[in-house]
Amino acid sequence: MSAAAEAPRRLERGVPRAGWMVVGRKEFGDHLLSARFTVLVVVLGLAAAIPLYFAAAAIRDVASSVTDSQAVFVALFWLAPDVSDGITLPSVVGFMAYVAPLLGLAFAFDAINGERADGTLPRLLSQPIHRDDVVNGKFFAGLAVIGLVLVAVVGAIAAFGLIRLGLVPAPAEVLRIVLWVMVTFIYVSLWLAFGMLLSVVVRRAATSALIGFGVWMLLTVFGGLIVSLLGGVLAPLSGTVEQQLSNNALRETITRLLPDTLYREASLVLLNPQVTTVSTPATIGGYEQASQRIPSLLSLDQSFILIWPQVVGLVAITVALFALAYVQFMRQEVRA
Amino acid sequence: MTATARPASTATAAAADKEARPDPRVIRTKGLTKVYGDLVAVDHLDLEVRAGEIFGLLGQNGAGKTTTILMLLGLTQPTSGASRVMGLDPARGPLEVKRRVGYMPDQVGFYGDMTGRENLRYTARLNRIAGDAAETTIDEVLGQVGLADRADSLVDTYSRGMLQRLGIADALVKDPDLLILDEPTTAIDPLGVVEVLDLLRRLAHERGLAILLSSHLLNQVQSVCDRIGIFASGRLIGQGTLQQLADRFGDGAAQLEVGFEVGDAVVQQRGRDLLAAVPGVASVDALADSGHTLATGATPWILTIEPGADPAVVRRAVLAVVAEHALPLRSIRPVVPSLEDIYRRAVAQPLPPRTVAERRPPSAAGTPSAKDRPRPVMRGRPRPHGTAGSRPAAAAAAAATAATAAPSAGAAGTPTAPAASEPDDAPEPVIIKEEGA
Repeated sequence: MSAAAEAPRRLERGVPRAGWMVVGRKEFGDHLLSARFTVLVVVLGLAAAIPLYFAAAAIRDVASSVTDSQAVFVALFWLAPDVSDGITLPSVVGFMAYVAPLLGLAFAFDAINGERADGTLPRLLSQPIHRDDVVNGKFFAGLAVIGLVLVAVVGAIAAFGLIRLGLVPAPAEVLRIVLWVMVTFIYVSLWLAFGMLLSVVVRRAATSALIGFGVWMLLTVFGGLIVSLLGGVLAPLSGTVEQQLSNNALRETITRLLPDTLYREASLVLLNPQVTTVSTPATIGGYEQASQRIPSLLSLDQSFILIWPQVVGLVAITVALFALAYVQFMRQEVRA
Repeated sequence: MTATARPASTATAAAADKEARPDPRVIRTKGLTKVYGDLVAVDHLDLEVRAGEIFGLLGQNGAGKTTTILMLLGLTQPTSGASRVMGLDPARGPLEVKRRVGYMPDQVGFYGDMTGRENLRYTARLNRIAGDAAETTIDEVLGQVGLADRADSLVDTYSRGMLQRLGIADALVKDPDLLILDEPTTAIDPLGVVEVLDLLRRLAHERGLAILLSSHLLNQVQSVCDRIGIFASGRLIGQGTLQQLADRFGDGAAQLEVGFEVGDAVVQQRGRDLLAAVPGVASVDALADSGHTLATGATPWILTIEPGADPAVVRRAVLAVVAEHALPLRSIRPVVPSLEDIYRRAVAQPLPPRTVAERRPPSAAGTPSAKDRPRPVMRGRPRPHGTAGSRPAAAAAAAATAATAAPSAGAAGTPTAPAASEPDDAPEPVIIKEEGA
């Protein structure tokens, strides 16, 4: 028995592929086959379909009076329809702002701690990949799934609009919708990164899901309430008109700390060319100017410039959250 | 566990392997230390594992076994000290180390919603093995661990023992040069354990694979490992073959087992009296193991040799008495102490004071090499003729070959200690950290 004859034959290695792509591919496949994917597509589809149905009806009623408007089609997305007297449903955008965070959280809350719980993390890390390949691959897989879901849902909405309204969107409208999908994508990525952070920091998947759900409730459902409460204390709407106006501006600034607000503002401006400003005027002069302005439609680039700060804000929060998750993961011991 | 279970000799495989590899040491650590806050998990570890051998890390839970393994894989950064795995530094270039080392963690887990085969396929992809090569390898390793027929069931339906087999298969997928197994057999049923240990032996001997396994199951370690390292509170308190450890930690009382053919009680009693009269024999007792009696048909007598007496001389004297009185001798062999006894004594010993600072010149910190290692005090005497050309394990193997071993081993005039020296010029194995010197 010679060593040469028994020497382990070296396997032929395939084309070198970055480790994060291997991890990402596997995670992407897992996501697509998972139950949560199906559930989320259904929930998101319903959240979009209900306001869509009523918005389409409302648009048909008013369509005759706005035929000269260039933006009837995108109104599908932002119109908050009256269901019956006094009851107004949120628009498609409004529903998205509520539901989209769940989409991000759902694909990330157990990314790392789930591997820990299964006992697969040490095995995964002992393969010849870099440590960050795991967290990168999982994040990119999440992004890919989110992109897929969003494109599918928005595509379905657009198809519905084409059939129901019988309107073909103008090229500018198509671009607005595409840009809105991208902003929505960034917004969901923000929650994906947050879910990732939770999955790294919190040991148990159930706990991190609960924390994620709580933060979602706090920011999107109760966020507005809390901010107006805070605003009532910090900047009460009383005193002179000028005081009231400047206090109102302060309130708006506080509100913009919420990613939810940033997303809503960006969505409205992108989808509705009639919106020419995101802030209410902070001075009497500004107020007078605004009231004298002739209603007009913003071109796409002007709309985009208007919400550029919001988009940058969303991207910055996303990057910061992911960076935090990344650093925490790199520092953690393999053994928990 | 009786003392009769002995590792099969790996002398031929290991010797052949040594010719092929310039440096037979696949793992070397020098002063490897890991501190978690106040807790010293691993304390100045000097460890050596050679190609083709099965090395057992033995220790209680929390003794630092897993931490050591994680450092060897580059999954945890050592606080100080250096290590080389296949000549590579895992702290600096873990990727190449992880490409060549198969690792099965303690409490190994798999993705439950995938089949066993799919799990292995994922591992193959992570190792850049693709296509037909991957499928062939996966089939092969699944067959080796005996999971071929369940390979396409979901892992969620696997038992704990099957998961551990899959874990071993998973570690083998990358065709490693070194296998590190953390508690590989804890949840496998007794028959499965035998199979797994057989597999490990085969891998080590046929493919020249070095295996480092950690365990707290003493009899398994004893039956499969060529060399053993005993861990206690983060320190390696002993390292070597079972016999070397027995010399180090044994109570010094050597024993000899002498069995006679089944006969009437008178013959047995006469044999006992004659044996007791042999100079150097302290006492003669019946082996208190009825199962043994049933199996062999005769009760062997256990001769305890007086401290200070040369066991080889006593063995020759016993043979002379047997020949003179025409006693119906069935077997005679030295009793090798069980690992359990050794381990109990080793762990019970007070730890030697930490003499680390003076032992380690700062210049040597970065590169562990044979030259700058302080020479340990050698306990072994020159090798007896009977075991020429084989590694220390062979001495124990020779001991197992009944009476024939006794005269030749005795001719060298050695005490029970087998040779600790190497067949080549490689540095002496670090058997023990510090001697009384």
